[in-house]
Amino acid sequence: MIYVENKDLVIPGEVLADDDYYSGRGTFKENGKVCSSLMGLVSLRNKKIRVIPLKSKYTPKKGDVVIGKIKDVKFSMWDVDINSPYSGILPAFEVFGREKKELNKVFNVGDVLFLRVIDVDEVKKAKLGLKGRGMGKFRGGIIVDIAPTKVPRLIGKKGSMINMIKDKTNCKIIVGQNGLVWVKGDEDMEQLTKEIIHLIEKEAHTSGLTNKIKNKLCLAIDGELPEEEIERDPNDFDENGLEKPKLQDFRKELEDEEAQDEEAQDDDGVQDEEDKNSTCNVKDDSIFVKSKFEEFQDDVKEKGESISKNVVPKVNEFSKEVEKETKKTYKKLDFYDRLEKLKKKNASRAISIASKSKSSLILNNKDY
Amino acid sequence: MSEIIREDGRKYNELRPIKIEAGVLERADGSAYLEVGGNKVLVAVYGPRESYIRRLLEPNTGVIRCRYNMAPFSVDDRKRPGPDRRSSEISKITADALRPALMLENYPRSMVDIYIEIIEAEGGTRCAGITAAAVALVDAGVPMKDIVVGCAAGKVNDEIVLDLSDKEDKEGQADVPIAIMPRTGEITLLQSDGNLTEEEFDKALNLAMEGCQELSKIQKEALMKKYSTE
Repeated sequence: MIYVENKDLVIPGEVLADDDYYSGRGTFKENGKVCSSLMGLVSLRNKKIRVIPLKSKYTPKKGDVVIGKIKDVKFSMWDVDINSPYSGILPAFEVFGREKKELNKVFNVGDVLFLRVIDVDEVKKAKLGLKGRGMGKFRGGIIVDIAPTKVPRLIGKKGSMINMIKDKTNCKIIVGQNGLVWVKGDEDMEQLTKEIIHLIEKEAHTSGLTNKIKNKLCLAIDGELPEEEIERDPNDFDENGLEKPKLQDFRKELEDEEAQDEEAQDDDGVQDEEDKNSTCNVKDDSIFVKSKFEEFQDDVKEKGESISKNVVPKVNEFSKEVEKETKKTYKKLDFYDRLEKLKKKNASRAISIASKSKSSLILNNKDY
Repeated sequence: MSEIIREDGRKYNELRPIKIEAGVLERADGSAYLEVGGNKVLVAVYGPRESYIRRLLEPNTGVIRCRYNMAPFSVDDRKRPGPDRRSSEISKITADALRPALMLENYPRSMVDIYIEIIEAEGGTRCAGITAAAVALVDAGVPMKDIVVGCAAGKVNDEIVLDLSDKEDKEGQADVPIAIMPRTGEITLLQSDGNLTEEEFDKALNLAMEGCQELSKIQKEALMKKYSTE
């Protein structure tokens, strides 16, 4: 027996269902009843009830991309504030490898970085790293903070919302999973983007938001409403489907950024991995995405083939050479072996000769 | 007995007019504003967040810290600012009343700070503080079993009445403030000041429970109102 419907707004302590339902995140079981522990929206999937919170703190999770601010520079690591009850650490090892450098010359207190959570330990302290494309320090721009639970909404289905905002405002936008958003562009556009992001946060639980925001953006920038379009279903908290296009976007953005200021890169330890193949501009249209993906696949295939063509003969050559060398070495070894034996033989012979001559000497002496 | 009209025109089981608003502060993680009769209470909640007071933190669960403070202008005679015996007591009992409802197991070594500011006082501020703090905690997204609610009953002119005003509190014979978790009816705070017989105490307790249930509805309405779509 269930008492609520999908996407209902519930408050803590509200009874959601009887015993025949499973209690998921944001709920708990008490006396055979599933109750909500948060204020949020109900999400029902195969008899499993979850409550997606309207507001919550970010808890670091392995693999998340986050935006953090350097809080302290220590002997071999940086303390990073990642907008969470638990602070993060960025070990110097993750930045320099085995090299030794002065930490505060690379990142100093107050710098804002784009990072990845490498590991979370038992006390929930997050170990951060810069490994991955586009990780590193931000230059310029503004930081907007929103509730971490609203991040999927800001990105939209397959990045629809965020791409629309980017297109309209010409701003670079990077969203961290901890609810911090970095925006860089014209000053006016930065402010507009900030307003729009806050609006999305405020109205995240309403339906038809993508179109609403689109109208607002068009009105603010072009001064007129856009033509009518076929309505899509924007109101869905699909956390799983979002990851990929978002990451690709980060990559593109940051490659652009890196191209702009190359000299400073070395100090930063930003990894410069050009990977043009995987940077496809994901549009809202799934067909477009699909075709792009296929293109990408073909591209990869081609590259792979060319690589194998070039590499295989070389490898063969090399292995032959190696074989030759080994043979030579064996021969040499054999030679040394024999030499050794000869030496021993000679030595023993010399000894025997010596002893013989000695004995003959003695014999001769006896004659005296 | 139900015909008795109190000094301010209320029935024996009537609450003062009440208004609750959730999410009134921008910078706090959660906040609430509550008016009940002449009381005006503002509550801010921060956290769960990292705390530098390491000795207070628990390795297996989050902790809460509560501060109840009366503004100097909240009462007729100026209240000397700063913590005193009464406000430290109320801070403690508020934290104790709220703690059983919170589920902070997922936030070990973290701290939730609750700041209760009494802007105007007219009797029953500790219950008003608890009621408002619970709303602010929900607004902050702190996981909890139930929304705690506080209400008082007492004895005035030999009658058991609900929700004492300042005057009734001072001139009355007894005051029983309680806080409960309304779904299960578990009591998280029970104080008693003054003299009551056993029957009177039971009566006062039941009356206060009823008052709590009524307040709980208003709490829930306030929360729903903030996020409901127009």
